[in-house]
Amino acid sequence: MQTLIQGDQHSVEWDAATKTVALKGILRLNGLQEYAPIATLLSEAVPEGAMVLDLRELEFLNSSGIAMLSKFVIEIRNRKTVDLCVVGSKAVAWQGKSLVNLCKLMPSLRMEII
Amino acid sequence: MAEVIGDFSELMGTVTNGLTLTFSASSIPLKQRWRNNGLSADFLADYVTTFFPKDEADPASLARQQDIRSAVAYIANELLENAMKYSEESLAVPTTIQLLLVPDAILFSEVNRTSGERGEAFLGFVRALAASDPSEMYLRQLERAGEDGGSGLGLLTMLNDYGAKLAWRFDTLPDGSSQITTQVRLDI
Repeated sequence: MQTLIQGDQHSVEWDAATKTVALKGILRLNGLQEYAPIATLLSEAVPEGAMVLDLRELEFLNSSGIAMLSKFVIEIRNRKTVDLCVVGSKAVAWQGKSLVNLCKLMPSLRMEII
Repeated sequence: MAEVIGDFSELMGTVTNGLTLTFSASSIPLKQRWRNNGLSADFLADYVTTFFPKDEADPASLARQQDIRSAVAYIANELLENAMKYSEESLAVPTTIQLLLVPDAILFSEVNRTSGERGEAFLGFVRALAASDPSEMYLRQLERAGEDGGSGLGLLTMLNDYGAKLAWRFDTLPDGSSQITTQVRLDI
């Protein structure tokens, strides 16, 4: 894993071997503008083929972060070149409540809540 | 003049425990004040866990405590972020958030002051929300997330993902500004 972004309370890591982007920690940034570096990274990480978005260690995500993830999923849906798998954790309460909405945006999305 | 939308509660008599936090606009840059939203939301969430103790022998009690903690942290953070984004600082009126424990529910009540124009725009959004199917509106707002930052997403997630009930009171004050009281009820 390579750390691509390191914030006060969050980090974004990349594993080239498994084409995995992992968001970790607490994300409470102010609006899409502050999320832009993460959004760009997600968007450019994998041009085609399989991609894993690992959220298991993402303890908190505010609604601007949900907007950022929704925007990313819609982009992947429209691009039709990336096979996206989102991995969440049963131990992180918000994920069981909110991640399912991403599947509604992109029915072909694979979601694993471990 | 006041307009009430939703099942607005006057529950002060039945409150058993609660906390009130007050925030004033200041010269501290927004980026630093923004951090306070998360700290305050976590504080409220930790406070609430006292009333939902976990029993080491009962895994369900631990899950319930985590669930309630997570919901309180999310809801309080969204309310505080909204107040910080949309309050009119020149009015120099503090924003307050109250967390109240009432029988069978956790109630949040936030009061903030904004310009008449912003108050009117938000009232329009709230009227549309009250008249819509929240799950449809949520998906629509998620689809629009890229265009405008998903306005109202915080309130929509509270309704859809957390099963919260929302109510508002809009007061137009003599100086033309708008005082907005947002109530979120989380049944437990």
